[in-house]
Amino acid sequence: MFEGLKEKFRQVLPETGFCSLRAVRESNEIVQVRQSVLQPITRYEDQGVMVTVVDGGGYGYAATSDLSVDGLRTVVERAQAWAKLSAGKGVIDYSQIAYPHPSGEFASPVEIPWETVSLKDKIDLVTKECERLKIDDRIADYASSLWYVKTDHLYLTNEGGEVTQAIERLLPILRVTASEGAESQTRNLGAGTYALQGGMEIIDKVGFKTEGPRLAQEAIDLLSAPNCPTGTMDLLLAPDQMHLQIHESIGHPLEIDRILGDERNYAGTTFVKPDDIGSFRYGSDLLNITYDPTIPEQWASFGFDDDGLKAEKLFIIERGILKRALGGLVSQARSGLPGVATTRADGWRRPPIDRMSNLNLEPGDASFEDLVGSIENGIYMQTNTSWSIDDSRNKFQFGCEWGQLIENGKLTKLVRKPNYRGISGTFWNNLKMVGDKSTFRVLGVPNCGKGEPNQIMKVGHASPAALFADVEVFGGE
Amino acid sequence: MQDLFNSIADHAVSLLKSNEVINLNLEGEDSDFVRFNHNGIRQPGSVQSCDVGIDLIRGQTHAQMQIALTGIQDEDRARVKAAIEELRSRLEHIPEDPHLLYAKDVNSTERIGENHLPERERAIGAIMAGGEGKDLVGIYAQGPIYRGFANNFGQRNWFEANSFNFDYSIYLRDDKAVKSAYAGFKWDDAELNRKLADSGGQLELLSLDAKTIPRGKYRAYFSPAAVNEVAGTLAWMGFGLKNHRSKISSLIKMTEGDETVHAAVTMSENTVEGIAPNFDGKGFIKPDQVVMIEGGKFKDALISPRTAKEYGEQTNAAEGGEWPLSFDMAGGDLALDDVLQKLGTGAYINNLHYLNYSDRAACRITGMTRFATFWVEDGKIVAPLNVMRFDESFYRMFGDNLIALTKDREMILDNMTYGGRQVSSARLPGALVEDFAFTL
Repeated sequence: MFEGLKEKFRQVLPETGFCSLRAVRESNEIVQVRQSVLQPITRYEDQGVMVTVVDGGGYGYAATSDLSVDGLRTVVERAQAWAKLSAGKGVIDYSQIAYPHPSGEFASPVEIPWETVSLKDKIDLVTKECERLKIDDRIADYASSLWYVKTDHLYLTNEGGEVTQAIERLLPILRVTASEGAESQTRNLGAGTYALQGGMEIIDKVGFKTEGPRLAQEAIDLLSAPNCPTGTMDLLLAPDQMHLQIHESIGHPLEIDRILGDERNYAGTTFVKPDDIGSFRYGSDLLNITYDPTIPEQWASFGFDDDGLKAEKLFIIERGILKRALGGLVSQARSGLPGVATTRADGWRRPPIDRMSNLNLEPGDASFEDLVGSIENGIYMQTNTSWSIDDSRNKFQFGCEWGQLIENGKLTKLVRKPNYRGISGTFWNNLKMVGDKSTFRVLGVPNCGKGEPNQIMKVGHASPAALFADVEVFGGE
Repeated sequence: MQDLFNSIADHAVSLLKSNEVINLNLEGEDSDFVRFNHNGIRQPGSVQSCDVGIDLIRGQTHAQMQIALTGIQDEDRARVKAAIEELRSRLEHIPEDPHLLYAKDVNSTERIGENHLPERERAIGAIMAGGEGKDLVGIYAQGPIYRGFANNFGQRNWFEANSFNFDYSIYLRDDKAVKSAYAGFKWDDAELNRKLADSGGQLELLSLDAKTIPRGKYRAYFSPAAVNEVAGTLAWMGFGLKNHRSKISSLIKMTEGDETVHAAVTMSENTVEGIAPNFDGKGFIKPDQVVMIEGGKFKDALISPRTAKEYGEQTNAAEGGEWPLSFDMAGGDLALDDVLQKLGTGAYINNLHYLNYSDRAACRITGMTRFATFWVEDGKIVAPLNVMRFDESFYRMFGDNLIALTKDREMILDNMTYGGRQVSSARLPGALVEDFAFTL
């Protein structure tokens, strides 16, 4: 992989300042069957490099898919020109930042490599699971797919830093829609978040071959279910909704580049202030949030971030108190705040910025039965389908595919179109029980959008089921 | 770039066997991006990229692949050759595709925009000079954007635009800011300065004490930028035939039932007056216009070639996602100068944020106000409004509750850069609405 690139890079190094090369090669393949018809198989082969130069206090980058010596020389010169142009005009004197020159490697755990299963066998598997979704004439649309991504990273610096990382990911998807008249109800396998690192062994881990008929029946059952009631009640969330609650109302507000204001024109700002780090009560004592790159199969585990910082598990929020924020080398230098190794780019065409990686809610000690049994008047929601939050990350509203009332400690009536809304601080302080390891699920979000220029990032969230008090719940029209 | 694409296309065609057909699509750009915060430079850089998609077809069987090109002709020819060989081997394992449809009539087109882009130093200098003393944040992007199509029937389509887009906000404090953009094809320092001065003027209004209103229903004016956020949500699952037939369309009550909106509402894909290419990825030429909603009633869906084949309809050359690229909403009769007076007492909303369906089948949409939103009393702006969440049905908002649309419309060039700079646009009026539901 990237044969000879290291030697070519050595030939074009600038004489002064810091210089890094970040090479990315990515292979994507999506095998999808919709209504028993194989859709065009998507194959995407991409490779290129981004060179970053820090010189004279300025900073610049340039990216190309031309990996020849001439190509690299051109991007080094372009990056140098940007560094010269931005010197003295930047948000920081970049020469103050001590860029590391790391050494190391990382690879995903793969038991059954994607390429060892023939294309025909993959098509047969996805077709079979698609067909198993069509259990009734009311099933209006149904599809199954496998999305495989292999990404090879090489990070080089002008003083001998060298990191190689090989990451393989698989996202199995089942989606089924039931319809009657102008009403339709959709169920997705885990809200499209059953995304793990590894190979074809993931198929069995996430229930791709078993869950289809259940999802289809649930979509049909939802058609005749009553609308979700309106009221303030206890809310029990499954991991495939918790992941997005964590993502939107903890992850994004804690990104240091938001705290610094970089994202104010696009993704937004944050209610979190620099002085909050170390003392702010973000949630109840039960709230323990970690940045955890050590779960091998999680979607965003890695050894080093894209500025060469080594990744290690750290508490972000411990017993409800905010300990550190989500920002890498440059943001930590600009803000003086404690962060983590999470400066990332979505490929060779975009510069790295602060992102979430694996941001997880640590398990508590309540079984699912304990959680349900504790609720007198509440609702259980599964599988995110709608999400929205304000640009300071306070006022949120989420909708789920599946709602089930909880009355006097028991799951009772199925309801459709369950939604809830709240304000981040109040909501997390109303966290009153956290599920144990038996309710814990490792999930991934494949499409987190942020940054200027825009980037789509793969992030991971693991969470148990969790119970919140006094939440405003309502339904559809 | 056009020469490189033609050379690659000719080479690919020369590699075909007699029973094979090929479609090639190119997307490329040579972009400068400069990111600003607090009127300083955060990240400046350049990205050269060029991808070609190859669809190798044999009868009703086909295989697709997208590869990155380097710009070096010999290297790129070798990559294309290797890709075709791999696709050829994959055809052996892939069943026939009953929904495959591609153009066989030859319709070659070419649209090359002139290059009036400024030197990067000049643009950056002008922006930073204009932003001096202000808390300016945003991004400047410029450079050529390329799109191409070729097939073995001899069709060649080429699109090249040289555009810039300075998308920015100026902040007063916390979340109180004015959002604007200066985008186009011919840079003019004076126009930039006029935009920045206008934004600065609105900042003065934001310095008033902010007002928080209780939940409830209010009369509200939505600027064209705010209407564009609603239109963008409709574009996602609203207008495409595949979503209609799959029963997941957000406009299913219009397409399957007898729901309508206000007779003043007309929405179309207006390719002839937009800035996007007029050809699709299968070689079909887009009609000048497709009217999705006319006089408040649903008229025509956007139909990709694949969907057309699946449901036995005629394609109107929509891309796979079947959303508009050159969105156009008809204006009404409300003069801009009369907006405040007609609003009377209510919310003047310049921007919306993070919209999503809270009940897709009912086309009910939730989202937030953002940036410069004001409280108006008796036709006068009296305070900036703190952000509010809304949850409201499109059918109410643009149905019985629609009071008026503005006569003047605004052309908004897409500032999104996911995967690359975009060539879509929207031309929309402002909208005055009553009983708009704020919920948090």
